[in-house]
Amino acid sequence: MTEQAIDSGERPAILARAQQKVLGAPLPRVEGPLKVTGAATYAFEQAPAGTAYAAVVGAPAGAGRVTAIDDAAALALPGVVAVIHDDPRIPAGEGNSRAMPAQGTDRIFHHGQPVAVVVAETQAAAREGASLVRVHADPAPGRFDMETQPVRRDHKLGFLPAIEIGDVDAAIAAAPVVFDEHYATPVHFPAALEPHASTVWFDGEVLTVRSSNQVIGGARETIAKAMGLPAERVRVLAPYVGGGFGGKTGVGPEVILAAIAAERLGRPVKVALPRRDTAYLVHHRSATVQQVRIGCDHDGVITAFEHTGTAAQNDDGGFLEPIPFGSLPLYGGANRRFRTDLVRLDLPATGAVRAPGEAIGTFAVECAMDELAERLGIDPIELRRRNEPDRDPTNGKPFSTRRLTDCYDEGARRFGWPDRVPAPGSVRDGEWLVGIGMAAALRGNFTVEASASVRLGADGRATVACDMTDIGTGTYTILAQTVAEVLGLDPAQVDVRLGDTDLPRSAGSGGSFGAGSAASAAVLACEDIVVELARRMNASPDELVLADGRASADGRDATLVELLRGEAIEAMGKSSPGAQAKKTSQASHGAHFAEVAVNAVTGEVRVRRMLGVFDVGRVLNRATAANQIVGGMVWGVSYALGEAAVVDTRSGRFVNPDFGEYHVAVNADVPQIECHFIEEIDDAANQAGAKGVGELGISGAGAAVVNAIYNATGIRVRDVPVTLDTLLDGLPPV
Amino acid sequence: MKTFDYARADSIADAVAAGGRFIAGGTNLLDLMKLQVETPDKLVDISRLDLNRIEERADGGLTIGALVPNSDLAADPRVIAKYEVLSRALLAGASGQLRNKATTGGNLLQRTRCYYFYDTAAGCNKRAPGSGCEAIGGFNRIHAILGTSDQCIATHPGDMPVAMRALDAVIVTQAPGGDKRRIAIGDFYRLPGDTPEVENVLQPGELITHVELPAPPAGRQLYRKVRDRASYAFALVSVAGVVAMEDGKIASAALAFGGLAHMPWRDPAVEAVLVGQAPSDAAFAAAADALLAGAKGFGTNDFKIPLARRVLTACLKELTR
Repeated sequence: MTEQAIDSGERPAILARAQQKVLGAPLPRVEGPLKVTGAATYAFEQAPAGTAYAAVVGAPAGAGRVTAIDDAAALALPGVVAVIHDDPRIPAGEGNSRAMPAQGTDRIFHHGQPVAVVVAETQAAAREGASLVRVHADPAPGRFDMETQPVRRDHKLGFLPAIEIGDVDAAIAAAPVVFDEHYATPVHFPAALEPHASTVWFDGEVLTVRSSNQVIGGARETIAKAMGLPAERVRVLAPYVGGGFGGKTGVGPEVILAAIAAERLGRPVKVALPRRDTAYLVHHRSATVQQVRIGCDHDGVITAFEHTGTAAQNDDGGFLEPIPFGSLPLYGGANRRFRTDLVRLDLPATGAVRAPGEAIGTFAVECAMDELAERLGIDPIELRRRNEPDRDPTNGKPFSTRRLTDCYDEGARRFGWPDRVPAPGSVRDGEWLVGIGMAAALRGNFTVEASASVRLGADGRATVACDMTDIGTGTYTILAQTVAEVLGLDPAQVDVRLGDTDLPRSAGSGGSFGAGSAASAAVLACEDIVVELARRMNASPDELVLADGRASADGRDATLVELLRGEAIEAMGKSSPGAQAKKTSQASHGAHFAEVAVNAVTGEVRVRRMLGVFDVGRVLNRATAANQIVGGMVWGVSYALGEAAVVDTRSGRFVNPDFGEYHVAVNADVPQIECHFIEEIDDAANQAGAKGVGELGISGAGAAVVNAIYNATGIRVRDVPVTLDTLLDGLPPV
Repeated sequence: MKTFDYARADSIADAVAAGGRFIAGGTNLLDLMKLQVETPDKLVDISRLDLNRIEERADGGLTIGALVPNSDLAADPRVIAKYEVLSRALLAGASGQLRNKATTGGNLLQRTRCYYFYDTAAGCNKRAPGSGCEAIGGFNRIHAILGTSDQCIATHPGDMPVAMRALDAVIVTQAPGGDKRRIAIGDFYRLPGDTPEVENVLQPGELITHVELPAPPAGRQLYRKVRDRASYAFALVSVAGVVAMEDGKIASAALAFGGLAHMPWRDPAVEAVLVGQAPSDAAFAAAADALLAGAKGFGTNDFKIPLARRVLTACLKELTR
């Protein structure tokens, strides 16, 4: 067992010396063939014998109390086995290991809040039965409109406290140039394609939950807490997850309802949320209103930087969108203010969705920098360069690694930024107005405690195992590469086992910390194996070279199979956050560039090309990393141009909770996207040297598109999405 | 979904006698059934009927079987060559997979995408007559600006029917007794009025068997669809236009509009303003004035009025170029 906190910031010797040259290679997904042949089974795809099906019944009002539940008609429906609404463990919403929702309450926190579950022999009967349950409520006036509700500054929500450095107001009063604008972003749904689904059964005493979940170690604790079971009696399985986007980081109420049903009926129970139900039973990203105030001199050097905003949460939820989080280390300025205010609403819980904080915070700040650059008559990249800090301007710590200006330079060169015509509305291509824009990307780097086991079998094949998930991100592949690199194997000789809480606990997929944390644990697990192999070679670990299934040292050479002598070697590794996280400021960085065309007649926007250059520390796999970044850039196109969940402020219901009218980008909206990396291994981040990737791509991406729209049209939209009606008034006559 | 009976029809006579909701491609009906927006007791599957051919008639027109898939109709060489507006409208709709399943008859009957029609917890006079209209006073970005009533402001979401309206298509039906009708598309749809649940003149059990296109029209044709993303979105405004020029003047014009009303919209006054005129900004402005004289926005859809004006103007410039 090698346990190591990230204290020294030194690269593990076995990784520094590794010579297999497979880590970082663009290896195709190792589980790809299973997925394309349907052999990879997801949470809803297996039905143990005797499985029953569950459907959730929601509250019919946005606020008030449930007074009675009439289940007679549902129970009379052929196929319905039970209607459960009297169990005190029924949760009012989604839970995670840190915060449980209210349970067994008659209070309504939001429309659609789970109040009962119908269990039937078929999914069709369960869902029809759910529609027959009559829920009587004593409704109360609801708070559904963020604009009309009081804004609270004195709250304890969220992980990011308000920050005040220097005297922002005085610095702005004294500044020769003052910028002050408001921006707004709407509610975003996580919108994973795979339904939120679970199959739940008791395996003896053990409640087994096969679930579409990003962080199963936490899910296990949450389920145990909600069900009143010790954690040892809960096992969570998630070998394959079809996208999460933050929406599967907690435990949905449907999981607990299915577990209650399985316990009461003594049968396996399956549940999958219909798409529209996900709007009410899965958290969303809060709408935000943001303000950016900047004071600077005529050369653009910032003296005061303020980024504040307001986000919503309901009375039961404990999360708050950390709006300015990405702004903390981004630009200099001695006087600084960052704060997220709270509005309480009677809506489903808000939570972590695709780069909480940065995705929408960088939209505001990166548009603000574009606007400020134009007012000053300075190139937007040059303005950023003049405010590039040499250490974190908010906490004063040195950066672990920061290649942001290199990303600007490389991106500008590759994209052809110098050819940009700064005057907006200058470039026309037939009926289209053409413009280009850029934005910085920044996403804070996190490392989470993670363990992994590695077994080098007598046949020379290795197995790495942990409870990490692969939510389409490439975990299977990068762990195979990591172990292959250190043990000198072909990645095809490494088996990867994930998604089972019986395996060593890992980080889970969230906060972009999964790959770096899990890979670090795998490296550490290999240390004991390398030491043992060296001992058998009568060599010191420092002189042992492992490559292509062979070990060599000091002129001696042997195959691993020979060294193993018919017996496997097993080892565990554990990586945990240490001094480096306290000593250094850590983030992934990047620069986005976009070219858009805006139809001069209709205001329709088409993104013509995008390019980004990114600094993510060590790239574990250039293909899967680029895949995640490009996916994030697509989400940037999405929230710039279409994504917006609309709340009907009369009822507290969502207007457009389906993919027909909740407009994510479709293939035709997505242009050629290029992703490049500037690779500098970040040994302070974790043992693998890898900073977060998954959420970096969305950060700033939407701002680049919106800035390009401004360059094309001269119309500045500060309230996304930029639908055609927001541009119509400013377009030239037909 | 509510439990339902299912019957498969082997003949048109069987189908109309079966007594149930017809289903062919099911691309709209099944979605609505899963949400319990539609709750038919019985489905009659007509997908095996012999109604999937496109045939030329002696008068030069085409007779299109009601089961011809959107994809096939859009790709038919005769349609591409002579009814370009129809082919383009079809390809502007839905996605490749949906067009493979969606049929000509079913597409005429596609139901509105009004958000509140889809939300069974909302008041909607179309879904539940008498329950009110939450789109009025609510979020109505995609809603109608022409021909609305205080009971309903929903739009017809289709593209194909807009082109067919410009082409003066005729809808051929067969009733349960065996009677056949030929209904001009201009007489087929209804405005919402006090009965928004009644969307067309079909009688219970009456089956669309064919659509007839008259002989190809003279002049240029176009279909322009304006929407919120590049594909897989319904029209905010669409224009199906057929304009013929003679001696520098507009000899004939057929202009139909999607996204503006409860039906594919066509207003003879718009065409009357144009015919006999030389193309000019003034003539186009007069046409837009005629189209939008009675237009009424409901808040979030107010932008459709200037948008429709701009799109019509651009289309007329293109058609008279």
